[in-house]
Amino acid sequence: MAHAATQGGHHAHDHEHDHESLKTFGFWIFLITDCILFGSLFATYMVLHQNTNGGPTPEELFKMPGIIAETFILLTSSFTSGLAVLGMHKGNMKQLIGWLAVTVLLGASFVGLELMEFINMVNHEGATISTSAFLSAFYALVGTHGLHVSVGLIWMVGLMLQLKRRGITAVTKRKVAVISLYWHFLDVVWIFVFTVVYLMGVM
Amino acid sequence: MSQPHTGSHETHDAHGSLKSYIIGFALSIILTIIPLVAVMNHMLSKTGTIVLILFMAVLQFGVQLFFFMHVKEGENARWNIMALIFGLVILLTIVAGSIWIMTYNQVAH
Repeated sequence: MAHAATQGGHHAHDHEHDHESLKTFGFWIFLITDCILFGSLFATYMVLHQNTNGGPTPEELFKMPGIIAETFILLTSSFTSGLAVLGMHKGNMKQLIGWLAVTVLLGASFVGLELMEFINMVNHEGATISTSAFLSAFYALVGTHGLHVSVGLIWMVGLMLQLKRRGITAVTKRKVAVISLYWHFLDVVWIFVFTVVYLMGVM
Repeated sequence: MSQPHTGSHETHDAHGSLKSYIIGFALSIILTIIPLVAVMNHMLSKTGTIVLILFMAVLQFGVQLFFFMHVKEGENARWNIMALIFGLVILLTIVAGSIWIMTYNQVAH
């Protein structure tokens, strides 16, 4: 702050810029705490995943084709949210909104597939959250990730509305950068869900 | 096509380019297919497979971090990385500590 004040000329601009980049840094801190939350859920899952209490085991439950589709959909959405940020830095509103819309569609199909998977598991296999310790840990971990994705979708739609109204400003720029970070982070978490829960489950 | 906006001066260095995004995307696809093929075709021993797929997941994490999230770029890069390392230390402590204590300390009964 003191540094910005001594600069004279671009005083106000630097000040605002400092503020925006500080907020982005604050979001990094949030992501890291979220990382620790997921770490605890992963640890719980890994400790409990063999305790199936006579209920369905991971091998019986997981249907890989659906999981693979979910994985590639989420990977692609991470890429398209990056393209939205690129469009924004070119000052291209059409590209920004367009790629955000594609990201929302991909994210929504991910959540839809995941919900269908959960409903199938409950209806056809009787695998509810209270069936076994394994399933409690499973639903807690995968459900928390699904909830994050859903919140991200609502957030992204809200941001698109705000972009339409206010255009690309320093503030909306930071907001797009932040949601894009959030989205890439969710992709990273999913990769570990995919590896630790699904791939190791069907091994 | 592009509509220049006031106040949106070009600072490409901190946000990556289309090329780096495409490379990152291609790498993330490859790093997903390798463990998938290894698991579905039972190509390795159990321990070998676990080591391979975890290694691929960590590499994938790196790809997202460097190609998409640009940890090394921008003015807060050093702080980002320090916070990240701190977070990872806590994360590893929780995960490895839980597994270790729950796996090996059950004999204490």
